[in-house]
Amino acid sequence: MKRKITLKINGKPFTDEVEPRMLLIHYLREVAGFTGPHIGCETSICGACTVLLDGKIVKSCTMFAVQADGSEVVTIEGLASNGDLDPMQEAFWNQHGLQCGFCTPGMIMASRQLLERNPHPTEEEIRHGLEGNLCRCTGYQHIVNAVQEAALKGGA
Amino acid sequence: MATIVTKAETLVGKRIRRKEDPRLITGTATYVDDIKLPGMHHACILRSPHAAARIKSIDVKAALARPGVVAVFTGADIEGVGPVPCGASLPGLRIPPHAILAKDRVYFVGHPVAVAVATDRYIAADAIDAIEVEYEPTQAVADPEKALEPGAPAVHPEWPDNTAFTYHQEGGEPDKAFAEAEVVVKQRITSQRLIPTAMETRGVVAEPHGAEKSLILYTSTQIPHLVRTLVAQMLGLSENRLRVITPEVGGGFGSKLNVYAEEALMGFVAMRIGKPVKWIESRRENFLCTIHGRGHVDYYEIAAKRDGTVLGLRLKLIQDLGAYHQLLTPAIPTLSVLMMPGLYKFRNISADIVGVFTNCVPTDAYRGAGRPEATHGIERMMDLLAAELKMDPSELRLINFIGNDEFPYATATGLSYDSGNYAEPLKKALDTVEYHKLRDQQAKAKAEGRLMGIGISTYGEICAFGPSPATPAGGWESATVKIEPSGKVTVLTGASPHGQGEETTFAQIAADELGVPLDDVMVLHGDTAIVQYGIGTFGSRGTAVGGPALYFALQDLKKKIVKFGEMLLESGDVTFANGRCTSHSTGKSVALAEVAGATYRAMKLPPNTEPGLVATHFWEPPNFAFPFGAHIVVTEVDRDTGQVRILRYVAVDDCGNIINPLLVDGQIHGGVVQGLGQALYEQAVYDDNGQLVTGELMDYAVPKASMIPWIESAHTCTPSPVNPLGVKGVGEAGTIGASPAIVNSVVDALSHLGVRHIDMPLTPEKIWNLIQAGGRV
Repeated sequence: MKRKITLKINGKPFTDEVEPRMLLIHYLREVAGFTGPHIGCETSICGACTVLLDGKIVKSCTMFAVQADGSEVVTIEGLASNGDLDPMQEAFWNQHGLQCGFCTPGMIMASRQLLERNPHPTEEEIRHGLEGNLCRCTGYQHIVNAVQEAALKGGA
Repeated sequence: MATIVTKAETLVGKRIRRKEDPRLITGTATYVDDIKLPGMHHACILRSPHAAARIKSIDVKAALARPGVVAVFTGADIEGVGPVPCGASLPGLRIPPHAILAKDRVYFVGHPVAVAVATDRYIAADAIDAIEVEYEPTQAVADPEKALEPGAPAVHPEWPDNTAFTYHQEGGEPDKAFAEAEVVVKQRITSQRLIPTAMETRGVVAEPHGAEKSLILYTSTQIPHLVRTLVAQMLGLSENRLRVITPEVGGGFGSKLNVYAEEALMGFVAMRIGKPVKWIESRRENFLCTIHGRGHVDYYEIAAKRDGTVLGLRLKLIQDLGAYHQLLTPAIPTLSVLMMPGLYKFRNISADIVGVFTNCVPTDAYRGAGRPEATHGIERMMDLLAAELKMDPSELRLINFIGNDEFPYATATGLSYDSGNYAEPLKKALDTVEYHKLRDQQAKAKAEGRLMGIGISTYGEICAFGPSPATPAGGWESATVKIEPSGKVTVLTGASPHGQGEETTFAQIAADELGVPLDDVMVLHGDTAIVQYGIGTFGSRGTAVGGPALYFALQDLKKKIVKFGEMLLESGDVTFANGRCTSHSTGKSVALAEVAGATYRAMKLPPNTEPGLVATHFWEPPNFAFPFGAHIVVTEVDRDTGQVRILRYVAVDDCGNIINPLLVDGQIHGGVVQGLGQALYEQAVYDDNGQLVTGELMDYAVPKASMIPWIESAHTCTPSPVNPLGVKGVGEAGTIGASPAIVNSVVDALSHLGVRHIDMPLTPEKIWNLIQAGGRV
């Protein structure tokens, strides 16, 4: 039995009929067409699927799409506006905060939220704040640099 | 004859942010799972829950009856497809037939048994739940040493000793060296099974074109051309009717340097149903079915004189192969043997490998592939020898290094080290940490009852794989450079970067050689219909072998540019520099774009010269390249919890000339953290029944940002004479250097308790128990 959901994604309205068991990440990627958030583990460990739900980051691989009914979702695709990168995107680029790029959309979403909550984090606070996001390529050091650069430039 | 000069201001050597990043940071890159094709179906694979069992029956009726399910295939349906290839050859190697779906038996948990195809991935997942398989479980064996015991369960009933191969290599006179030795130190050292854990799991989309009998395979791989050759063979398809595309690849670390059952299976399924099919590996499947790394039990003996001079090294290496050979499985431990002397003057070497079948997923190349195991071994043994001789571990290393005047150096294992200055990174690292002060601090800490350790590793590695005779499938790399009529430059590399950044570094090289802006260069890769045959990215070879191929293609083009320049400028003394051909006698010049246009317009051609401005070069490396370095790690062990805290991590690496220091730092950091993961956290654990206990990221400890220290990275630079760029390769350096430095540091912290050696991972439980036992294992 499908259920109708209505939500906003990156500022645009969406209404769809979905199976109640459909995961939010599958809805975003396969129904709404936002393939920026990725599926890395299906167990909410790796954070590649991280998106903003009503202003808070969530792991969209362990939420049902129906739970997002009536919500406002922002994915990585929603950050740059009119071709201008978000400061965190720019900082990841400048600091080489990514290699294969698979964790990056989730990592950027988590890093932005980290600065929203703590605009001037220490290195330790950054490392702790990104515990919910795994990266296998960078060893995290350039990611720490990127968050520090974004913080210096006034945050997200 | 015109001389060729390069422009004065170069991009090579600069910290340039990557060209590939805009698509990755905006979420607009295309990985395999992002591909959506009209009429695309989804496949889900049913896998064995048993490590060893006979399949008595499979009933697919209920699955097929479900709405949306279009097909289910089992081992009985795939006659004529496969087998999964083993590319390695060793004398007497036993190669079990490796079908793409199990037929009458399963050999490891996760063994593919059936595939269901449906209109939707949820329906496909439901369908495999509806397949009834009756198994008759048999005894499994998951531990390689147990598998060698008499009476152990036979992984493959036809080979009851579970031995896939034995291999012996010897150099010099090891027996004499050990007979004459004043000191012999022995140690059993393990290098545990690891799960590579690329953040993107594997995935395949197969798109059939029935009328042409052709197939497009989108697959997350490090070796698109080799996949094309081998999957075409598996499917009985003409190689030129299979196009392999590697879109964005979310990390590999060796786990995608392979040809997997699912790549052929999806091709088979797509051709059978006549529709595109997508299969995306779940993380659980990734842990169960994508290759693991390491899996060594090593027995070392080192022979030396009392003054510390090393004389000989013996190794008995037990390699856990798993149930099958994947592409390079049996070859990996032979790389350990090549690398076992490390940076030291061992003239007498003896190594025996026994490759053992177990009821586990195969091991194969994981970042470092054989060299981290060897380096861990020799660097642990050097510390054990230093302890035995009561020498400082840095001193012992310095007196045994191969000297700067001894290159090229022929090792007792048959390699020729290209260039080196092994003392320099060690001295730089020792200076950075202020070694002597640090030893004083350590003595003070000890007096206070604190457990502080200092660990050194001085590693070498084999990079730039490699000369073709030393590789199973050719060790060259290819590049094509096309200067378009507008003067824009397209580079096609046979390497297949997946995070390493060659779209940027190769653009730097091309921009420098041609004197054009970085943005004028596009680097393309990973599509067999666009790019000439190539070998791929692994073994720290992308820049070290692909880079020279590009360099030589550019030199060919520059000669042609000068010929056209001479024609256009009506002058015989033309040089090409800074993107312009200039006549020295007339002072007139012409820009590359005009020259390029003239080569395609072809109103007039220089003598014996063809139109167009395209060059392809296949570069065969004359040797491997051998980077090296020194890592020093300072640790403190918490007496009450056994927790290891890294106080300092100093890495001084020498990878020859550096194209882009920003990217090299990234490679070092990432490599170090994977080595650190092995040293402290990671282990693939199988229970006695062959069940993978660490089957999810919940249970397998990939390091998080908070679990690792700041890495102080520095370099020395000893260019390689093997290639014109002087580069050596850097992808695996950090991983190879890290684990022994960390373990040496922790053993150093606990040595006064009598601890000589600890096997990885150094879990708090293991360390705490050691402390409680007063150092007795």
